[in-house]
Amino acid sequence: MSTLSDDGSGRQLTYAEALREALYDELKEDPAVILMGEDIGSYGGAYRVTKGFLEEFGPQRVCDTPISEIAIVGAAIGAALGGLRPVAEIMYMDFLTISVEQLVVEAAKMHFMSGGNLRVPMVVRTQYSLGRAHGAQHSQFFPSWFLQVPGLKVVLPSTPHDAKGLLKSAIHDENPVLFIECNLLYRSKGLVPREGYALPLGKSEVKRKGNDITIVAISRLVPEALEAATRLSSEGIDVEVIDPQTIQPLDMVPIIESIEKTGRLVIASDDSKSGGLGAAISSKVMDDGFDFLDAPIINLASPDLPIPFSPVLEKAYMVSQDNIVSAARQLV
Amino acid sequence: MTIPASFTDISIDELRKEGVDDVRVMGMLRKMLEIRRFEEKVEELYLVKGQLMGPSHLYIGQEAIAVGILSACASNDLVISNYRGHGHAIARDVPMKYLMAELYGRADGTCKGLGGSMHSAIHPAKGMIFASAIVASGVPIAVGLALASKQQKKDDVIVVFFGDGGLNTGAFHEGANLASIWNLPVIFVCENNQYAMGTSTAATTASANLVDRGAVYDIPSKKIDGNDVGSVFVTAKDALARARKGDGPSFLLCQTYRSKGHGVYDRSEYKPVGEADGWIDRDPIVRLRKVIMENDIATDADISAMEADIAANIANAVEFAQKSPYLDFEELSKYVYA
Repeated sequence: MSTLSDDGSGRQLTYAEALREALYDELKEDPAVILMGEDIGSYGGAYRVTKGFLEEFGPQRVCDTPISEIAIVGAAIGAALGGLRPVAEIMYMDFLTISVEQLVVEAAKMHFMSGGNLRVPMVVRTQYSLGRAHGAQHSQFFPSWFLQVPGLKVVLPSTPHDAKGLLKSAIHDENPVLFIECNLLYRSKGLVPREGYALPLGKSEVKRKGNDITIVAISRLVPEALEAATRLSSEGIDVEVIDPQTIQPLDMVPIIESIEKTGRLVIASDDSKSGGLGAAISSKVMDDGFDFLDAPIINLASPDLPIPFSPVLEKAYMVSQDNIVSAARQLV
Repeated sequence: MTIPASFTDISIDELRKEGVDDVRVMGMLRKMLEIRRFEEKVEELYLVKGQLMGPSHLYIGQEAIAVGILSACASNDLVISNYRGHGHAIARDVPMKYLMAELYGRADGTCKGLGGSMHSAIHPAKGMIFASAIVASGVPIAVGLALASKQQKKDDVIVVFFGDGGLNTGAFHEGANLASIWNLPVIFVCENNQYAMGTSTAATTASANLVDRGAVYDIPSKKIDGNDVGSVFVTAKDALARARKGDGPSFLLCQTYRSKGHGVYDRSEYKPVGEADGWIDRDPIVRLRKVIMENDIATDADISAMEADIAANIANAVEFAQKSPYLDFEELSKYVYA
């Protein structure tokens, strides 16, 4: 499994450091790569992912922008059409709503509606801050919106190792990629080889093999699901954990193969209960894996509420490791 | 209703000062006539023949802007058009047969029939980089193209066309601000055709001095007679030279009049009675033709011959489009990701 791959040094990086390393290496290796976003330069990035880049690469490569989310994404599109490989940063996923027109109506459709004439190799990095008491307008997570946007790729890394490899692939990709990071994971640590490696977009990864229950988890719930699996194994429940990594396009093959074996499926994401990723994956399982199921699918997701500020209430709002453990127990 | 302050003769003397000889003047007339006749044919194909479907926005009345600006450009300059883009494309020598095939939704169209009229001006081979169907959404994209040009030390200047309605969008304001602070080689061409769809500019747009919309961002801005191809050409030359020297963006407010409705099906019932009549004498083609005759640049017979040739080309374009195949539906998934 890629999460365990190592260059022998046992080097540990945080998720934020791994992202930084991917960006750093790409800036070093390819003069066409530029970064643009709010406070990515002299401030160093709201979460320090781009710290020190302005000094090293200069303002032509590391472009501080005004608070203009339409122009950030729009200019990234134009820069991509003009031969650069821009990586735009939208500080909070909530702010992405301001630039959705450029991302969804312009970038995602350009290749198709130009009859293949245009290519838009760009990345929009953003992050969601659920779990950090940021309130209803700085915590939202709505990746499933973009399942309705063919032409856009949507990537959600769950570990430092994956964050680096997937970000490199996103930058190398010829299409617009929405790269959604998780604030709660920025300080999580994991093995990250120093050398460059790219992980494929559009491939779901089995993070843990098991025979009794399949858990499909997204972003921060992948490490939670893996810990839940360890707890469940002591009860004799053998859990398989799958991380789609890319939700658009979504690789359903390992998921269907897994439920063929286990007959049971739990989906865990911070997306909303109604119309969210869990609902979308369930629907695909109905299409291609219904006959393999021995029990109803459990969709662990955020309740249909705006996110409450109060840290106690926010915690109650969020899917937890305990929820995953309980759901698995319920199915066996 | 804003009527341009003064309409004088076409700036033929200024054109000559710029080194534009009679052959090039006739070239401008030809392009303007090609656009006019193409659009008239499109209108007929929609409304009389019923062969075309979907939104289509005609450029009739605005021809001097596309022709003036794009005649001044170098071949490496890049253009961001919009949903009213047939005229921009023709002015940039995109073959009319490919445009027409796009309107027919055929595989030989500029976008293989996947874009339609509103995206038909996309033709990278002629530097027509993109055409959005969303008002002013091309503005920040043009700014990004200009960033790429500057970053890669290219000589390309980016021209972006949008309407007066676009002046009230966030995309325009965010893009103009960014172009100014980054000092990018982009020319914002606002075609003020007096209407944002069916609502007059005066009713929707604060300030009588729309040229301030550029000036407020410290962008050199100029209001010009958009129906005077000479004035448009000369002003564009100046803006292009500034951009190429590294002096940053320009904003050109081109005053014109949309002779037809917003889209081909729009009967303009909201326009005041008699308003369009006031523009007949100011029609950019009527005015250029008059100057050409007065200066003995060409005869009636010359222009009639030109018209006949254009009519034949358009007839060929229609025939080409009608014979072009459609893509197979099964092929479409190939175009989703590059």
